[in-house]
Amino acid sequence: MIRLDINGKGYTVDVAPDVPLLWVIRERLQLTGTKFGCGIGTCGSCTVHIDGQAQRSCQTAVGSVQGKKITTIEGLPENHPLKKAWVQEQVPQCGYCQPGQIMQAAALLANDPHPSDAKIIEHMNGNLCRCGTYPKIKSAIRLASTGGKK
Amino acid sequence: MKTDLTRRQFLKMTGTGLAIAVAATGSGFLLVSAAELEKAGPGFRPSVWLEVRPDDLVIVTVSKSEMGQGIYTSLPMIVADELDADWKNVRMEAAPAGDAYKDPVWNTQATGGSSSIRHMYEPLRKAGAAAREMLLLAAAREWGVPLEECAVASGTVKHIKSGHSLTYGRLTQEAAKLVVPQNPVLKKENQFRYIGKDIPRLDIQEKVNGTARFGIDTFAPGMVYAAIARPPAYGAVLAGADNEAAQKVAGVRHIVPVSGGIAVCGDTIDAAWKGREALHASWKDARDPLLSTASLEKEFIDQLGSPGILARNDGDVKTALSQASRKVEALYQMPFLAHATMEPMNCTAHIRSDACDIWVPTQNQSGVLAMAEKLTKLKPEQIHVHTTFLGGGFGRRYERDFVEETILLSQATGKPVKLVWSREEDIQNDYFRPMNASRIEACLDADGGVMAWSHKIVCPSIFARVFPDAMKKGIDNAAVEGLENMEYDIPNVSVEYVRHDTPVPVGFWRSVGSSHNAFVVESFVDELAHAAKKDPLAFRLGLLKKHPRAQRVLEVAAEKSGWNTPPARGQARGIAYCLSFGSYVAQVAEVSVDRGTGTVAVHKVTCAVDCGPVVNPAIVSAQMMGAVIMGLSAAMREKIEIANGGVQSRNFADYELLRMSDAPDVEVHIVKGNDALGGIGEPGLPPLAPAVANAVFAATGARVRRLPMRPETVLEALKPV
Repeated sequence: MIRLDINGKGYTVDVAPDVPLLWVIRERLQLTGTKFGCGIGTCGSCTVHIDGQAQRSCQTAVGSVQGKKITTIEGLPENHPLKKAWVQEQVPQCGYCQPGQIMQAAALLANDPHPSDAKIIEHMNGNLCRCGTYPKIKSAIRLASTGGKK
Repeated sequence: MKTDLTRRQFLKMTGTGLAIAVAATGSGFLLVSAAELEKAGPGFRPSVWLEVRPDDLVIVTVSKSEMGQGIYTSLPMIVADELDADWKNVRMEAAPAGDAYKDPVWNTQATGGSSSIRHMYEPLRKAGAAAREMLLLAAAREWGVPLEECAVASGTVKHIKSGHSLTYGRLTQEAAKLVVPQNPVLKKENQFRYIGKDIPRLDIQEKVNGTARFGIDTFAPGMVYAAIARPPAYGAVLAGADNEAAQKVAGVRHIVPVSGGIAVCGDTIDAAWKGREALHASWKDARDPLLSTASLEKEFIDQLGSPGILARNDGDVKTALSQASRKVEALYQMPFLAHATMEPMNCTAHIRSDACDIWVPTQNQSGVLAMAEKLTKLKPEQIHVHTTFLGGGFGRRYERDFVEETILLSQATGKPVKLVWSREEDIQNDYFRPMNASRIEACLDADGGVMAWSHKIVCPSIFARVFPDAMKKGIDNAAVEGLENMEYDIPNVSVEYVRHDTPVPVGFWRSVGSSHNAFVVESFVDELAHAAKKDPLAFRLGLLKKHPRAQRVLEVAAEKSGWNTPPARGQARGIAYCLSFGSYVAQVAEVSVDRGTGTVAVHKVTCAVDCGPVVNPAIVSAQMMGAVIMGLSAAMREKIEIANGGVQSRNFADYELLRMSDAPDVEVHIVKGNDALGGIGEPGLPPLAPAVANAVFAATGARVRRLPMRPETVLEALKPV
C-alpha cells in the first residue's frame, strides 16, 4: 500500500512503488486534469507540484513521493492569479497541455513573483503546446505576476 | 429509421420548451418544430438543433468537434445573436452521432476543411431568427397587442407602450405551438450583438481548472486497459511473443491477437503496458527493410522524371518556355510530418449484444458510426458515440484506426476497453503529411514579367484512400491545392501531378496540400522577383491585379510590419501569402540568421487575414497565432525519419516540436471583408514557411528549398554555388 497526500487529502493506493505517479493520479484516482503526453518527461503535460516544486509525474515513481505534498491542477485554488490570468488572456485552444503549463508556471511564481521574460521562457521551455499558445502563456504569466494589471 | 433519431431528439426537448430543427434541402433550408415533425416527412435530416427552455436556458446542439478552434463558442454565438438571447443563458451540447446531426453541405458528420462556420452559419442564423419571431408573436398574442409594438432584448420580449416584459422561458410553451417561419428576417450587420465581438470562449474555465473531459479522461465501469505491441516496420508481422511472461504480470487479463500486432489487456494502464513489454514481441517480413528517408527522397526526385497527369494547363507553357530568354528553375523537397496532437490517440468502447457506447475524441462521427455498424452489426440507433473534447486534431482524428482497434478489443474481451496509445505509437503509426517534391520551370520577359510557369509535383495520394470517389482523372485534389488554383496572373501555366504512393501512409494534416504547396509557390515567386530585380511585395501585387483580396492582405501585412522601413540591425523580412479554405492570409516574418551555425531566429510574424465576415475576432486571431507557431514548428524542426522499413522517430526527443524559446511575437490584423465566409482553422499555416524562407534569403542571399530549415540545411544553402 502506498500512502499519498494529494491536494491536502490522504489516499491509500494498492500499487507497485515503481508505477509512475501520473498513472495513479489520473487513472486510479481519476484526478484527470493531469495529462499524459509523452511518458518521457519531454512535454510537461503531466506536471504536478511535489513539495512545491514542479515535477513530471510520468517520471516520478509513486513510491518515491510518500510523505510528500502533491498538488495537482485540481488543488490549485480557483482564485489563483494564474487561473484568473489564463481566463482573462483566453489562453487555451484545445486545452490539453494547459493544466501542465499552469502548474509549471505556478511553481515559477511561487519562487519568483516577478520573473523576467528570459526567466519565464527558461522555466516554461519544457512544456509543449501543439496549438501554439506560447505567446498567450507568456502574457498570462506576466499578467499574473503583476497582480492582474497589464 | 432515419427519423427515429430526429424524433428522439425532439422528444427529449418537447414539453420542455421551444425546439427547432433546420435541415438542408435541395432548395434551401427547412425549419421544423417538434409540433410540425409529421410535416417534415421521413427524409428530414436536420443539421441544426436549437432549444429554448422554460428556465430561459438556450441550448444549441453542436455537431462539430471542439479541437481548439473555438467552435463550441462560435456556433452558439451565431444562434444567440439572431435569437437576441442573453449570452449567460446560452449553453452548448455536443451532438451524438447520427443522421440528424450531419453537416448540411457535406451530408456527413465531421469536422475538417475549416468548414464549420462556413457550412453552419446560415442554418444557425435561421434557427435563431425563427425562434425569435415565434417568441415575439407568442408575447404579442399573450398581451393581445399588435406585433409591431413588441421588441426583443437579451432574452426577453417587451411591450414598449405598457412596459410589460416576459422572458423567453415564459413564452416557450405558446411559441412552440406556432408555425415555424421558413424565411425569418435575418439581422443586418449593424444589428449584431455577439457576432463580430470578442465573446469569451465557453470552454475556457474547464480547460483552466482541469475538469474538461478529453477522450483519455473516460472511465467505464469494469473496463480494462489495452496496450498493443506493433511492428516496427511497414508490413511486418508477428514472429513470436512470450505470452506466458505477459500473463504473469500482475493485473494482466487478456492477450488478444490483433491485425498487425498483439494486444495486452489489464486492470490498470500500467499492467497493460508492463504486459506489453513482457511479450518481447519479435517481427518478420517487413515489406521493404531497406526503406529509409534517403531511399524515399531519392525515389521522389527520380519520380520527377516520370510523366504525370495535367491538373492545369493554361496557354502554351512549352512554347513559351522554348522561346524564353530568361529561365528560372528550382527543385523543392519536404519530409513526412506527424500530427503530434498533445493528446495521444485513444478511445474507450463498450460493445454489448444489443447496444454499444464509444467515447472518442473524433473529427469524424459519421465514420465512427459506420465503423461500429460494420464491426458490431448493431443498428445505428443502438450505437452511441460520445464525442469528448479533442486534445488537438489537425486532421489526425478524422482517421478511425484507433476506434476500430478499441471496438475489436471490446468484442474480444467482452468488456469495456480503454485504449491509450503511447507517444511512440502515436508518432510511429500516424497518417503523415505527405513527403513531396516539386520542380518548377518559369520564364521572364525582358521587363521581368512572368510568361510561363511549369510545375510538376510528386506526392502520394490521400484521397485515393480516404475519398476515392473524389479522385478526378487520377488527380488528388489535396496534392495540387494551391497549384491548380494559383492566382498569379501568368499567361502560360501547367501543373502536373505524379502520384507516388509509398508504404508510409498519408493523411490530412492542418491545411493539407496548401501547407506544402504554398512553401513552393511563395518561395519560387520570391526567386522570380529576385530574378526580375523587383521588390517581392511589389512583384506579387503586380501579378495579382485581378485578386484585390490577395493584394489587400499583402498590403496590410506589409504596412503593419513596416515593410518599407529598414528592419532592425541584423534582421531581414520575408513575405508570403496564400488563399486556402476560402480565406486570404499574408504574413511577414522578421528573422536573423547566424551564418556561422546556420541557426535562424524568427523574431516576429505579422499576419493579415481576410476571412470575410468574422464571428469572433479573438478566436480568429488565436487561430492565426496558433497556425503561425505550428507552421514554424514544421518549417524549422519537424521531419519524420524512416529507417529499416519503418518510422524511426519515436517521441518528442527526436521529433522535436517548437518550444516557447523559439516562438516569435505574432501580430494579427483582421482585414474586414464582406465576401463569402472563409475558414479559420487552417489558412494561417501555409504562408509561414515561405515567409521565413524568403526572410532567410533576404538576410543571406541563400535560398532554402528543403524543409525543415534546421541549421545544417541552412548552412548547406549558404554554401557558395
